[in-house]
Amino acid sequence: MTDWEAVIGLEIHVQLATQTKMFCSCSPVFGDDPNTHTCPVCLGLPGALPVANAQAVHLGLMIGLALGCSLASQSVFHRKNYFYADSPKGYQISQFDQPLCGPGNLAGVRIHRVHLEDDAAKLIHASESGRIAGADSSTVDFNRAGTPLAEIVTEPDLHSAAQAREWLALLRTTLRTLGVSDVSMDEGSLRCDANISLRRVGDQTLGTKTELKNMNSFRFVERGIEAEIIRQRELLDSGQTVTQETLHFDPRSGSLTTLRSKEEAHDYRYFPEPDLLPVEVTEAMIASARDALPELPIERAARYVSELQIDDVLAERLAGDAELAEFFDAVVEAADKSIEARVLATWVSDDAAGRAGDDGLLASKLEPAALAELVALVDDGSITTAAGRTVLDQLFEVGGSPAAIVSDQGLGKVDGGDELEAAVDAAIAAEPEAAEKVRAGEQKALGPLVGVVMKHTSGRADGGEVRKLLLERLGS
Amino acid sequence: MSNDPTALTAASSAALVKSGELDASDLFEAWLGRAELDTFGALSWIAQAGESPEQVDGPLGGVPLAVKDLFCTEGVPSQSGSKILEGYKPPYTASVVEALAKSGAPLLCKTHQDEFAMGSSNENCAFGPVLNPWDKSRVPGGSSGGSAVAVAAGLAPWALGTDTGGSIRQPAALCGIVGLKPTYGSVSRYGMIAFASSLDQAGPLTQDVTDAALLFSQMIARDPRDATSVGHQESIHLPDRRDLTGVRLGVPEELSGDGIEPGVRATFEETLERARELGAEVVPCPLPHAPHALSAYYLIAPAECSSNLARFDGVRYGQRVDPGDGLDAMYSATRAAGFGPEVRRRIMLGTYALSSGYYDAYYGRAQRVRTLIQRDFDEAFANCDAIVTPTSSSVAFPLGSRTADPLSMYLSDFCTVPMSLAGIPAISIPNGMSEGLPTGFQIAGPAFAENSILGIAHALESSIQFDRSGARV
Amino acid sequence: MIAKMLDRSEVIHIARLARLNLDEGEIERTAIELSGILDHVERISELDLEGVEPTAHAVATRGELRPDIQGASLSRDQALAEAPVTDGVGFIVPSPGA
Repeated sequence: MTDWEAVIGLEIHVQLATQTKMFCSCSPVFGDDPNTHTCPVCLGLPGALPVANAQAVHLGLMIGLALGCSLASQSVFHRKNYFYADSPKGYQISQFDQPLCGPGNLAGVRIHRVHLEDDAAKLIHASESGRIAGADSSTVDFNRAGTPLAEIVTEPDLHSAAQAREWLALLRTTLRTLGVSDVSMDEGSLRCDANISLRRVGDQTLGTKTELKNMNSFRFVERGIEAEIIRQRELLDSGQTVTQETLHFDPRSGSLTTLRSKEEAHDYRYFPEPDLLPVEVTEAMIASARDALPELPIERAARYVSELQIDDVLAERLAGDAELAEFFDAVVEAADKSIEARVLATWVSDDAAGRAGDDGLLASKLEPAALAELVALVDDGSITTAAGRTVLDQLFEVGGSPAAIVSDQGLGKVDGGDELEAAVDAAIAAEPEAAEKVRAGEQKALGPLVGVVMKHTSGRADGGEVRKLLLERLGS
Repeated sequence: MSNDPTALTAASSAALVKSGELDASDLFEAWLGRAELDTFGALSWIAQAGESPEQVDGPLGGVPLAVKDLFCTEGVPSQSGSKILEGYKPPYTASVVEALAKSGAPLLCKTHQDEFAMGSSNENCAFGPVLNPWDKSRVPGGSSGGSAVAVAAGLAPWALGTDTGGSIRQPAALCGIVGLKPTYGSVSRYGMIAFASSLDQAGPLTQDVTDAALLFSQMIARDPRDATSVGHQESIHLPDRRDLTGVRLGVPEELSGDGIEPGVRATFEETLERARELGAEVVPCPLPHAPHALSAYYLIAPAECSSNLARFDGVRYGQRVDPGDGLDAMYSATRAAGFGPEVRRRIMLGTYALSSGYYDAYYGRAQRVRTLIQRDFDEAFANCDAIVTPTSSSVAFPLGSRTADPLSMYLSDFCTVPMSLAGIPAISIPNGMSEGLPTGFQIAGPAFAENSILGIAHALESSIQFDRSGARV
Repeated sequence: MIAKMLDRSEVIHIARLARLNLDEGEIERTAIELSGILDHVERISELDLEGVEPTAHAVATRGELRPDIQGASLSRDQALAEAPVTDGVGFIVPSPGA
């Protein structure tokens, strides 16, 4: 059987977080009553004219800079002509041969372009609006019409569904960090299409591609692409050819259905939008976009590695989640400088984030300074790691001071003395067989004995010290 | 003075209102009476008697205005001469109409036009043709024919029109009045139902040059709602020029020789002679690419219109025809029934010119020709102050005489289209009669040279002393 | 450039793109009329346009951008006032799939 390589490019539509729509001063809110945020411009009334939103251009430039794109000095809006009920003007104002941002790169995936356009209206089909099923009409809500979108188009540099999902997650984190969009796939402020083709491993030319439309969650992006790769592979393996077409992935059934074949492809009749003059991207506009850039996930990860000596995997995991990274930065800030950052990083990434679950760290009672203090207690030997985790549970649930929790609950380390010796004696008595083996020189048998001691001391004893004491007692 | 204030020019009436000799409400009522005399099919809507608008103390002195149908006026039918918009009442008013009302020119009436401003005879109006007041068997020109007739026949003191390829200048010429197409971008297009966005421009149609200057002076503005509007580089003053000493007038052979009717040509020559007598130097001035302007125009304008008119789809406003066979069937039926033959023709032409595989050959090429035409004018204005031509190659032609052949109708715009493509200002003034009908003299200047061409027009007007009383009802 | 007669199928294709129903007579007539007009406008193919930049706007300036400040929207009643078919909430259209 032939080895096939999948070649995947993504087109991502991002609703920009502006106060007003792309070409008019209506609010682009989500979820309000239908047709309550419209005006002559976004309704496409006769005589109305578009004027481009300066903030949308600014956010577009920020995206371009964050993705390492070249920025156009002059950018032109075009009309993309098509008739559909979601199109108030009979054309979409988009960009064609002079997009706002040109080639760039994010984590090894080349960006083809980033351009601005206005969103379509929302079509509510009869069945969804609760009217009689089978009714032959739809309702149009123009609230969304004109919402500013940035379309990010990648080169076909991705090669698996999982990689596409992972890269999309990085892009989303990057956009969220930039603050340019809500990036909610649920609400449609981040939408992803994929172009997928297969070629023989080693081939340079691309195979026939299909376009997979509007997958509205990360899981569906991965599942949809995976399904399409399998479909294409089966076609090619059985000697058939792939047809260029636009497909829809149904996540419930896992099936792919044809939306549009190549023959039905639109003739969009692009031409320069005569109602708008070219946007001149000035040095001042670029400087202002650059000034507005926060530290990006990739830059943050690099800083964790170089300045904090955190390993690559952990650094990327932290930086890849804007909320986690911010929390971690705050922990580092609060912690005593004698504590190694990678120790803090492990506590944040494994212990704290592990407990946080879907709601995120910010929803818990845990304060960054409290975690820093807790790690210090473990680090200086005041409490054991196991006790530290118990304290962390408390901090998550009720918050408060780690030192107070330790003293209130007697979680301080058991330092030698009567308590430990009594616990060791009790363990030997409880596990005579294991004790006999240790006496016979079988060190492996220490495990169960240590376990009993730890249980008796609620994990407050130091493992090394327990072992040392056991060996002394058993004369081995 | 006459007791009838409607016998005065708009500027004279405005002066009397400002000096307190005339009451603005009386003036409005008097003009309402005049508007009722429309027997030419010129007016599409007239304000209610007894409901004269609140008086504004502005430079336009309360002298009311006739407005072409395609300007959106809140709550008042704005149909752009089309069945697809029959009875359509917009929820907002065009910027320029709003500005003029604030300057003291309230809305008196609206005027018929060729459908979506596509036409040169006003015969492409869904609500019937407009007749020429000089001879009711002839066309008034178009597309702002209703506005031209309203002023010529004395139904309104002045009027607002739009010019895409000659739609103000040509009807002004055919009706014996003054029409100014301003520099592209000097007047806001917001609220003007678009024909061809890169060419459409609003301008005044008036009894004389002074009225044109006065009305235009209040139209110019940079409008934040129109990204292509730039306002004007200078304020417009009322012209007082009486001689043309030191003025060089360029005559392009390409637009004044072949194809101009002998009678029209004769009045043009007479006016050139007057110009010389007034001190002007008349020099030849080639516009080598002007003969290609019409071709470029009839690609660019239909292409833009094919897209601009896509919004008339029977969903949010206007007429709908639904055969009950889905969305696309509704679109196609609505648009076929709502648009007249000329509009359908241009949508087809423009759609073709933009369609896949033809863009470069048609629209792209036409835009390059536009560059050459613009360069021609740049070079010409290095050598003269203004370019003069006949406005229209013919006098008003008989109704129906050109409707069968779209190309012959398109050729009516021969002298006016080059200026439109270059975005430069041009004014048409009446300069005599041929076969008992008025002829027009066109004066074009560089971008934003309205003061200059208004001055030249004023000097010539004073010399010509055109008698327009023959058209007044 | 192409100097040619438009044929029926092209006219039908263009009419479909433009969403205009044409009856048989109109298809014929349109083919002839458009061919005549194209024949005339194709005279611009005589010109040497090598190196000539296209002009989209005659009075060229850079586009002014709009500050991101909310303005008034229409009320829903205003928005729907001229709709041929409405349920008082939205614009009703025939189903795209029908």
